[in-house]
Amino acid sequence: MRRLIPGWVSPPRLDLTMLALVLVITIAGLAVLYSASGQDAGLVERQAIRIGLGLAGMILISLVPPHVLRIWTPWLFGLGFLLLTATWIFGIGRGTQRWLDLGIIRFQPSELMKLAVPMMVAAFLHPRVLPPGWKDSMIGGMILLAPTFIIMRQPDLGTAFLVAASGGFTLFLAGIRWRIIAIVTVVSVALSPVLWMFMEEFQRNRVRSFLEPEADPLGKGWNIIQSKIAVGSGGLTGKGWLNGTQSQLEFIPERHTDFILAVFAEEFGLFGVCVLLALYLALIGRGLFIAKMARDTYSRLLAGSLAMTLFGYVLVNGAMVSGLLPVVGIPLPLISYGGTSAVSLLVSIGILMSIYSHRNFIK
Amino acid sequence: MFRNNKPRPIKDAYEEQRLFASRAFTGFVIIVAVFFGLAVRYFYLQVLHHDDFSTRSESNRVHVQPVTPNRGLIYDRRGRILAENRPAYRLELIPEETGDVEEALQALRELIGLSDEEQERFRKTRTRYRDFESIPVKFNLDESEVARFAVNRHRFHGVDVVPYLARFYPYSDMLTHVLGYVGRVDERDLARVDRSNYRGTTYIGKIGAERFYEAGLHGISGLERVETNARGRVLRVLERQDPVAGVDLVLSLDVAVQQAAWDTLGDRAGSIVALDPTDGSVIAMVSKPGYDPNTFVHGISNAAYQVILETPNQPLFNRALAGGYEPGSTLKPFIGLAGLEMGVVGIKELIFSSGEFFLEGQERPFHDWKDDGHGWVDIRRALEESVNTYFYTLAMGLGIDRIHFYLDQFGFGKPTGIDLPGEGSGLLPSRDWKRGRYGEPWYPGETVISGIGQGFNVVTPLQLANAMVTLVNGGRRMAPRLVYAIKQPGDAQAERQVAPLELQVPVNDRQAWIAVLDGLRRVVNGVHGTAREVALNADYVIAGKTGTAQVIALAADQEYEESEVAEHLRHHALFTAFAPYEEPRIVVAVVVDHGGSGHRDAAPIARAVLDAWLGQELLQ
Repeated sequence: MRRLIPGWVSPPRLDLTMLALVLVITIAGLAVLYSASGQDAGLVERQAIRIGLGLAGMILISLVPPHVLRIWTPWLFGLGFLLLTATWIFGIGRGTQRWLDLGIIRFQPSELMKLAVPMMVAAFLHPRVLPPGWKDSMIGGMILLAPTFIIMRQPDLGTAFLVAASGGFTLFLAGIRWRIIAIVTVVSVALSPVLWMFMEEFQRNRVRSFLEPEADPLGKGWNIIQSKIAVGSGGLTGKGWLNGTQSQLEFIPERHTDFILAVFAEEFGLFGVCVLLALYLALIGRGLFIAKMARDTYSRLLAGSLAMTLFGYVLVNGAMVSGLLPVVGIPLPLISYGGTSAVSLLVSIGILMSIYSHRNFIK
Repeated sequence: MFRNNKPRPIKDAYEEQRLFASRAFTGFVIIVAVFFGLAVRYFYLQVLHHDDFSTRSESNRVHVQPVTPNRGLIYDRRGRILAENRPAYRLELIPEETGDVEEALQALRELIGLSDEEQERFRKTRTRYRDFESIPVKFNLDESEVARFAVNRHRFHGVDVVPYLARFYPYSDMLTHVLGYVGRVDERDLARVDRSNYRGTTYIGKIGAERFYEAGLHGISGLERVETNARGRVLRVLERQDPVAGVDLVLSLDVAVQQAAWDTLGDRAGSIVALDPTDGSVIAMVSKPGYDPNTFVHGISNAAYQVILETPNQPLFNRALAGGYEPGSTLKPFIGLAGLEMGVVGIKELIFSSGEFFLEGQERPFHDWKDDGHGWVDIRRALEESVNTYFYTLAMGLGIDRIHFYLDQFGFGKPTGIDLPGEGSGLLPSRDWKRGRYGEPWYPGETVISGIGQGFNVVTPLQLANAMVTLVNGGRRMAPRLVYAIKQPGDAQAERQVAPLELQVPVNDRQAWIAVLDGLRRVVNGVHGTAREVALNADYVIAGKTGTAQVIALAADQEYEESEVAEHLRHHALFTAFAPYEEPRIVVAVVVDHGGSGHRDAAPIARAVLDAWLGQELLQ
């Protein structure tokens, strides 16, 4: 038992830069949510409570030294994988099997895997010589592909992509050979028709409507078209908070969840979007800086990967809302309405903070 | 597996750190580049294509919807209301909110009794609407239906009782053939009006005055610019352009006179037209049988329509306006005037009536109604006794060309130009017409019988009345006016409408016109007059002319015996009259279908109409 909590006592030192960035983004997020939900204070309150819980989780995690996390990692990954397999068998949800009902709370095990996969890959590479050779690269690849495959079957392509990316970023930062990166890229492009075959009909429709939204403007193309109208009509400075007609009049679907960026872009314009991107960039940059400061391989790889995963979120969501990618269920980090994603994101921030505050400990 | 007991390969911490820093830097550069790319995409949408998306966002948000103007009311000349807008209730349904529409219809059917036809009409209407729009299901709910729905409202989503204004005709069938009615707008109606003005309109004038004055009665549709949400619900009105209500019509019609005519006609079919010769306005216009226009307003059911179609004497047919009758002797004053004015015969000139008239070279005579003739008669006596042979002679003297020319001036053979749709034109025969119609030349015998209004001649009751107006007016022929005045919304006073002058018939000899009118006076007041009963106890002097229109042509040697002929083959009874003789203020034309005899059947009706009008005037 003592093995599991060595060095438990450590000074609670938060990274104030990161905390400030997170608070600015979440508070802005709550304001947008208030507008997007049609001034539903109750909904904003619920989200605020979740964020509060997430912040508490963040602080808790930041107290745990990275090497403790590293020791927990295989167990966490094992648990996550088990739950994931369970959702495959007992899952609930609208036509998809993502949710696991634990009685008190329902949550998505796939969300856990967004953390567990990079942790596992990092933990696996931690004792090994870097850059990883072919064999280690292959094993690392297997660690991320197994859960990715199950999540894809749920089917939840967005999360599957993020899980794969988080593991992939870890490998990339570990110095995996460019040749392997090139091969993986070529193979995945070549395999995309196979992916199409494995897709559900609703996913295919999303891709079709992405390629040709005007074919069915009132039906399948509605989301993309209305979202683009919202973004485009926002202009340079936006229509102003609570004044976005596309969102207030409910033209934007999923406006308080996946498409909340369209509401933001409509009400705050290009300036707002650029400021938001800058905030995310700062957060990511800070994460990478923390990673660089980290003193052991595990912390370094995990911190870098978590920071880059954040980038994955913003890229996919931002591209989807502006019609550059098909509709996939990826939220805008720290802003979209939803508990699981907010908590898991804040927890990952907590891990970054832990890594930062323990940067001078070398095991 | 991570508790690695084997000797580990040596890790080069510095090299790993350097490698990581390089990778992290590469990654960050890529991230910055990608974010820049994303920002470019937003720049593309929000700046380069801003105008385009702005427009689309506006058209998403703002909708223009029509505001229906109130339809103008119709009054009679004494201010009685003839067509009004009554508050009514209809049931409307929004498919999107209802969900299972068929189930809802079934439930409504049980609750308030929706007929198959109403369901069918709803389905048809639905195709024209979008799913978030409110579609009428049933019109004109009565109180108990409204109450029953109100109690059960919670069972129906997206179904509601909506108040509206429904047209109502308090005088029902008595005025149908004048007012016409409004019905629900259909595609055919839209073809003849400005569609944009009718976007919110439910009713449109289908026939009668409602149709003729549709443009005025309807008014000008207003517009509302409204903000709607994605489901089309109106959230607020941004801008409003008020509608202009329709004009109110004041008809020259007098319901009291109309009522007198209607009642006196009883259950016989026929038609009565009364005109005011001083201004050409219509005092009464009856066509019987009529039908209840109110059943058409809300869409008549097939069953009810079938009942109307199967009613004898064609209630849908407007006899006064479009009925074609042989004028018979009512044409004689005009033939007589033509003869005098064209110098065929002198005012005092006597022509001998033996009871028979022979055409040169023909063996068979044309008979008078009086077997042994009337002796020597002038124009006055010829009219008084309706002497056929006198007019045979006149007609032959005039010839068909001059008869056609002269009678044409009185408006025979063409619509009078009254302000009502669907007017018949009758028929005034000519050589050209006959050649065109039958490919045959004109025969002299046809000229002879034209002299007494038989043969090819066809008149409408309205034409006959208007020709009489022209006669008593000294040749001033007007297009009769039903609308006496039009009141613009907001104006205190209605604006008088004047009957347009169509033609002034040239007067060569005033004495000739006076002689003809005097002859008509003697018809009613003379010792030998054919309609002496009409004048009984009258406070004013009546003048008129009886007539009989043949339904079946009789062979020359056949005798017409009314009691032997089936009713639908009996003659139509005609009577035209005006009064007071000295200064005529009303002209009336009466046709009783299959009435048999002008003086016995038609004249009393004319008298009732004259009394109703002139009696009323005496009171004032």
